[in-house]
Amino acid sequence: MEGALRLGLEADFGLRRGDSFRIDLSLAIPPGTTVALLGPNGAGKSTAVAAFAGLLPIDSGKIGLAGITLDEPAADVLVPPEERRIGVVFQDYLLFPHMTVIENVAFGLRSRGVSRPDVMERARGWLERLDLTGLERRKPPQLSGGQAQRVALARALVIEPDLLLLDEPLSALDVTTRVELRRTLSRHLESFPGPRLVITHDPTEAFLLADEVHIIERGTVTQSGSPDEIRLRPRTPYAADLAGSNLLFGTATHGEVDVGSHLIHVAEHGVEGEVLLTIRPSAISLHRIQPEGSPRNAWQTTIAVMERLGERTRIRTGAPVPLTVEVTSEAMSALALGVGETVWLAIKATEIGVEAGSVDTLTG
Amino acid sequence: MTADRLVGRRTRRPPTLLIILGAIGLAVFVVPFAGLLARVPWSDLPALLAGDVVTDALRLSLVTSLAATLIAVVVGIPLAWIMARLEFPGRSLVRGFVTLPLVVPPVVGGAALLFALGRRGLVGEPLNQATGLLLPFSTWGVVVANTFVAMPFLVITVEGALRNLDERYEGAAASLGAGRWTVLRRVTLPMIGPSLVAGLVLTWARAFGEFGATITFAGNLQGRTQTLPLAVFVAMESDRDTAVALSLVMVVVSLAVLIALRERWWKAL
Amino acid sequence: MRDVRLIVTTCVLGLVIACSGSSMGGELLVSAAASLTDAFAEVESAFEVQNPEVDVVLNLGSSSALREQILEGAPADVFASANISNMDQVAEAGELSGEAEIFVTNSLQIAVPTGNPADVTGLEDFAREELLIGLCTEDVPCGDFGRQALDNAGVTPSIDTNEPDVRALLTKIEAGELDAGITYVTDVLSTSGIVEGIEIPAEVNVVAEYPIATLAGAPNPDAAAAWVDFVLSDAGRAILISYGFTSP
Repeated sequence: MEGALRLGLEADFGLRRGDSFRIDLSLAIPPGTTVALLGPNGAGKSTAVAAFAGLLPIDSGKIGLAGITLDEPAADVLVPPEERRIGVVFQDYLLFPHMTVIENVAFGLRSRGVSRPDVMERARGWLERLDLTGLERRKPPQLSGGQAQRVALARALVIEPDLLLLDEPLSALDVTTRVELRRTLSRHLESFPGPRLVITHDPTEAFLLADEVHIIERGTVTQSGSPDEIRLRPRTPYAADLAGSNLLFGTATHGEVDVGSHLIHVAEHGVEGEVLLTIRPSAISLHRIQPEGSPRNAWQTTIAVMERLGERTRIRTGAPVPLTVEVTSEAMSALALGVGETVWLAIKATEIGVEAGSVDTLTG
Repeated sequence: MTADRLVGRRTRRPPTLLIILGAIGLAVFVVPFAGLLARVPWSDLPALLAGDVVTDALRLSLVTSLAATLIAVVVGIPLAWIMARLEFPGRSLVRGFVTLPLVVPPVVGGAALLFALGRRGLVGEPLNQATGLLLPFSTWGVVVANTFVAMPFLVITVEGALRNLDERYEGAAASLGAGRWTVLRRVTLPMIGPSLVAGLVLTWARAFGEFGATITFAGNLQGRTQTLPLAVFVAMESDRDTAVALSLVMVVVSLAVLIALRERWWKAL
Repeated sequence: MRDVRLIVTTCVLGLVIACSGSSMGGELLVSAAASLTDAFAEVESAFEVQNPEVDVVLNLGSSSALREQILEGAPADVFASANISNMDQVAEAGELSGEAEIFVTNSLQIAVPTGNPADVTGLEDFAREELLIGLCTEDVPCGDFGRQALDNAGVTPSIDTNEPDVRALLTKIEAGELDAGITYVTDVLSTSGIVEGIEIPAEVNVVAEYPIATLAGAPNPDAAAAWVDFVLSDAGRAILISYGFTSP
């Protein structure tokens, strides 16, 4: 494993921007693996891209790729961007507007001194692979969003880089194109032999394209794992939000967890002290009147936000404990309730996931 | 009714007052040239144009204005790049100096050049004593005077264009493997192309028409320093016909250059 | 209502003041050759003392340029030229009111910077190529006469610049940028010693005769006549002579 890792990306660094913002990142991507760096805007994603691409020097730590150190302040090593073998697909693609598609794709190899006939052959090959034949002479403003994205991908892949870095590859596209291209992108990522890093704020993108997801919030990675792990066991409110789950912190005593504003009954009695509760939105039921029967947890609350998503409706409730609830739209119509109205909710104790931990220990 | 025929049925006719004022505006430009054309001694023109006063002046004007433009390109573009991209103390002061020749009367500029680069000048004197080089009263002096007044146009235009350029393109080029000069050559300069051309034209035009600094610094001698503007000035007092012929030459050359620049370059001006 | 009356009163007053030219006031436009710059400035002060209501405006330049201005219709009351030819051209165009009179003469002198760095001794030095020599342009009296003098002396000069007027030439000599030039005696004197003069022998020297005349289209003919009279008077002449001009 170590040998294989040597050919991939190894990064463990810190970078300060201005006075207030700092990112600390540690990740290792072996060849043939796709890692997603997922985070909200302002989390430090673009800073990370700039650091890997060589457009921003790091302040501490080291970035290494394919066994070569790209940036290591302590050893006074800083490889300039043009000497790094990284293929970047930028947000907004940044296709050179004054060059044709084929010139754009050929740019990297020509800059490295490869002979023109050679370059043209390889460029055409990639255009074919990405279904762009016939568009060689077009200029970027004449391309559709999807075409531009594929040209940007071809431009990055033709130089046969050691790392493929995609910065928000699909965010500039409309929803339908995005879905289509996600499949194409996934296919090409798979066929790229080296390590691949996708930077995004879209959880679907991250979960579908990546083998491993690192969630970055305010400059630090708060959770790493496979998409499934993150979905099932989110560690921060943001992660939970992404996974569509509810996350609560509290103190457990004999199966009763004090989350501050309410006492929640859980089935797991073995865990004491500081705990993390996860409740899937679909595990919560809504009622017009106080429900009878088994649910140990039932309280009255208000409907703060209601969003109908086809056959399902998502509701956000108010005090005492704001939760995301998901019910069928049919059930919602039967309830005949709207925003601002009072509703009873119920959660079975067995449906609540309990884990030891606190905000600090989990996010490290 | 006539106006309706001039404008298509679908478009609304612009307000009459606007058209009148616009016509007056156009007249400001056209009438003086019409006056010049009316004064041209057409039958004598071929002989006048063949005269050595005219040919010497035209040759000097073209050579010195082009030389000045070339110098402006070689040192002006780097200066513009530094001003646009680097942060350094005194940047506004630098910009002030660069803009100064635009604001100061050309004769004052010429005087300043004389005080600096003349035989008794601050730099000129030691230079002359060390190398024997003397700029005033020489064709190179004309080039210097032209460069002094015209270069600011190029620097300011290019600086503005570079500022407006999205630097991320240069980052993208670097990430693809382009070294700094390749980025400049294949990405930065082409992307500011229209502005660059506009700047070059303005620079050349200013150098071509330069008078005050030239006559003050380089003097006036046919064949050596008497450019078209100087020749016109001198001829105005003694030989009106030659003056008109010279003026016509200047107007024709300038018009030719401006028209040759197809409309798409004008967008950047 | 009060405002209207105020405006009317102001207008009437203005008209009265403007029309008071009969008692010799108003502006007097004197177009004079550049070489008369300093002398005429003093003449102006003296004249204005004597005629306080007159505001003398001096329009100085090369005689040829002034001639062109007059022929093109520029307003002027008096024309004082540095040579007869320019005045004749104005006369031929019928722009003079009456006859022109020679009021002073001026002769040429070689002008060199302080200390005469190039060791110029006479017109022969004007043939030295290594020197920076300046003359006035040919169509300016100073340039015309200068070339005549050189011709008289049989010298083919190596000229480096033809300055548009004598003052421009003088400035460059003063600054040391030129080694020598030919200007008028009065010009050399006007620099109070900064520019040194070298005599041109009388046999080859050219005497410039300066004519003065009132113009036919003079806006202020009374003041114009008074000016010419003053210039020709003993007082006027004295001033001119003090600046290096000579009596005709």
